[in-house]
Amino acid sequence: MNASFEHLVGTMVATWLPGVGQGWTGRAASLISVLAAPAPGGMPNPPKVPHSPWFWMPNSASNFAASIDGMFNFLLWISLVCMLGVAVAIVYFCRRYRATSREANEAAESQADHSNALEVTWSIIPLFVVIGVFVVGFQQFVSLRTPPRAAYEVHATGQRWKWGFEYPEGLTHPELHVPVGKDVRVLIQSVDVIHSLYIPEFRVKMDAVPGRYTELWFSPTQEGTFPIYCAEYCGTSHSDMLTRVVVHSQEGFQAWVADEIRKIESMPLVELGELTFNQSGCSTCHSVDGSAKVGPSFKGVFGRQEKIFGAASITVDENYLRESILEPQKKVVEGFPPSMPTFKGQLSDRRISGLIEYLKTIK
Amino acid sequence: MTSPSATADVLTAPAESDSDSYLTHDKGILSWLLTLDHKRIGVMYLGCVLTAFLLGGVFALLLRTELLTPGRTIVDHDTYNQLFTLHGAVMVFLVIIPGIPAALGNFILPLQLGAKDVAFPRLNLASWYLWVIGATFLLVSLVTNAADTGWTFYTPYSTTTTTSVIPALFGAFILGFSSIFTGLNFITTMHKLRPPGMTWFRMPLFLWALYSTAVIQVLATPVLAITLLMLIVERFVGIGIFDPALGGDPVLFQHFFWFYSHPAVYIMIVPAFGVVSEIFPTFSRKRIFGYKFIALSSVAIAILGFLVWGHHMFVSGQSVVAATIFSGITFLIAIPTAIKVFNWITTMYKGGLHLDTPMLYALFFLWVFSIGGLTGIFLGVMSLDVHLHDTYFVVAHFHYVMMGGSITAFLAGTHYWWPKMFGRTYNEKWGRISCGLLFVGLNLTFFPQFILGTRGMPRRYYNYLEEFQGLHQLSTIGAYLMGVAFVITAVYLLASLRKPADAPANPWGANTLEWRAASPPPYYNFHNPPEVVEGPYEYADWVYDKRTRGYQRKASHGS
Repeated sequence: MNASFEHLVGTMVATWLPGVGQGWTGRAASLISVLAAPAPGGMPNPPKVPHSPWFWMPNSASNFAASIDGMFNFLLWISLVCMLGVAVAIVYFCRRYRATSREANEAAESQADHSNALEVTWSIIPLFVVIGVFVVGFQQFVSLRTPPRAAYEVHATGQRWKWGFEYPEGLTHPELHVPVGKDVRVLIQSVDVIHSLYIPEFRVKMDAVPGRYTELWFSPTQEGTFPIYCAEYCGTSHSDMLTRVVVHSQEGFQAWVADEIRKIESMPLVELGELTFNQSGCSTCHSVDGSAKVGPSFKGVFGRQEKIFGAASITVDENYLRESILEPQKKVVEGFPPSMPTFKGQLSDRRISGLIEYLKTIK
Repeated sequence: MTSPSATADVLTAPAESDSDSYLTHDKGILSWLLTLDHKRIGVMYLGCVLTAFLLGGVFALLLRTELLTPGRTIVDHDTYNQLFTLHGAVMVFLVIIPGIPAALGNFILPLQLGAKDVAFPRLNLASWYLWVIGATFLLVSLVTNAADTGWTFYTPYSTTTTTSVIPALFGAFILGFSSIFTGLNFITTMHKLRPPGMTWFRMPLFLWALYSTAVIQVLATPVLAITLLMLIVERFVGIGIFDPALGGDPVLFQHFFWFYSHPAVYIMIVPAFGVVSEIFPTFSRKRIFGYKFIALSSVAIAILGFLVWGHHMFVSGQSVVAATIFSGITFLIAIPTAIKVFNWITTMYKGGLHLDTPMLYALFFLWVFSIGGLTGIFLGVMSLDVHLHDTYFVVAHFHYVMMGGSITAFLAGTHYWWPKMFGRTYNEKWGRISCGLLFVGLNLTFFPQFILGTRGMPRRYYNYLEEFQGLHQLSTIGAYLMGVAFVITAVYLLASLRKPADAPANPWGANTLEWRAASPPPYYNFHNPPEVVEGPYEYADWVYDKRTRGYQRKASHGS
């Protein structure tokens, strides 16, 4: 944490103020680290952001990245020129035209108050610039919103607070796996509130709206693993609603799909349960080490006595667990919010049995 | 045209009324709570707005402290979500929207018109009471189980969360009416109570800005009221308007919401344009450059501002055609905005610049607002917005505009009119120091957020990836600096109130009419309504008087 901070500040200082050494940033960084003791990261198995060659933008990993970054850089340069102009004008005018005293300059000699030529010029030039930017932005947007017909289709589902991806081969997985160089269309839906599927390295984002399909598409240009975020605020664990996109080689992708399908078919119940636990977003709210999160910890959960909100205590057994997965609001453990979503219709009976068997093993 | 007697009257009025100002005219708490005097209502608004600003600022510092580390630093997920919701709601509805129009505008507008009061003094007091009631509802939400929807109240989250959304919505609903009342009052006042000789193009630009703002307030706010009412009905009665589970359409809410809330952005920034348009010519001792362009560009922005709401929804599933139209009109708004910036800069050219605290704040505004405006272009480009939407880039952009633009201009205006409002001068040295500190703090807080945003850090995140920690920590340090600057500002402004009245009637040598009344103004503002024979930015007739440390108008004028 400390190292990454030093690195970042170091980069920023080096970029903005060449000549300022690393020593200052190092001291400031250690001071800050003392002030704010790093807390344990709240995210289970967080995705990594791969190193980017650019200062502003993340890695470019899709067909859209180059053109959108080009637009960004163009605007950045225009802005830098404008801000330089503003800065020079402010500094120069304040030095050059500063009045020596109140009496000395009660009214400035020049009272020039308009110049139509000037006003028209500085209206027309920005107008042409923004028209150009608008037209290029429009063309890029149309291409972002027009998936090719022959694209490989994946269904994405947003649910508080996890993503699920369903592949045409009959596989459901919490991560988005795609082959490099292939057009991929993602059909997005939500089962509860609005979410937004965001892949910065691909420069794509689209809201997941309950009750309708939305879509985005891309063609990955680089093998690797990149983070996927939820970008539309969706409640308690919005910031933990992360997963990753894994870009395989063409052959590697086929092998991955076949492997996943084989794994699930032949898995023992406990292993299937553990897989389901990791894939269904259970760990967003339930720890396995006894620490409290949004929901009760699963450490030693089986056979435990729990006080139920508004009812008597119960012993956690197979039927209670099954009921809590399918109808989570029915018997909520006291002291926890009734915020768990239902998994009815999402998990097969075999997966539910697997989950229960897996929970028995967490002691 | 002016009769010599009227001019003489204006000149002598301050001396006569020194002993009796609006502050001392009546005594007792009821004389304030039941007052119909626009100046007292303005001062009460100022007190309330600053109190709300303190509250919203404390929320902001708590948020920034939480973001020092990923995971838990001081509060849990849900508390963080409630804090950013309240920070947004308080700052938007209680601070920025009423800040310049209701607090400064109420005090200054009738004075700039040479009038005794606004057109509807009782409506004016009613709008203050509505503000208090609306604020109380927001506080009720805060102390029960604070809403956690974000200030945008997006459905279906807002219709399904268990937090107390209804009091917060009802608060915003009532605050909307407060805003409508103020707008109605200002429009009528400017139409009916302008003094003899003040044509539309002799009105100070602050009034043009307040007029444009008032038009937006009156036309856009009812849509917010209806939308919030529908949301309340949906939550209470279960009628499906927005929630798809009940047969509603969640994106419809976003259209309604932004139909108000985008124009509301101009309710927040256009008055700021007005304030700095007063300060630049006064402190440059020179006519404002391009008066008509500035005046009419406020109107143009007010009209175009109604037609761009869909640029908040480029990734909501809205059609490409709709997005294109909204993007195109968004770019058109960039032009009048750019014109204003060019005009302010040119006003300084060959002027005689005085760098007192109000002018420093105006220069501060020029810098941060330019950054805020230019980054708006990035977000208006549809393709680039797909990447930047709902990231920290947006957070940085609107804080540069709202905090850097509106709040900075509010501070500029407060420092500019403070001697007029309370008859006291503040400590100039500390004024400059805290202005400088705020400038550093603001840029240190929000500039790193642009980088966070382009690198892909989404907004409203309690937790974040370790890669983003360094930039978050820089941002938090900046926020603490701003906190220190605001404490200093509060101390020297409050300290100035403890000393005897020492401010001259016209400390800056401005030519707008409020400076012809005494500081603080008498109860009835002017004995005789002043007559206007020239534009508001003519400085040739003002001479500096060392003894009073203020400007006097040449007696020869008008004869």
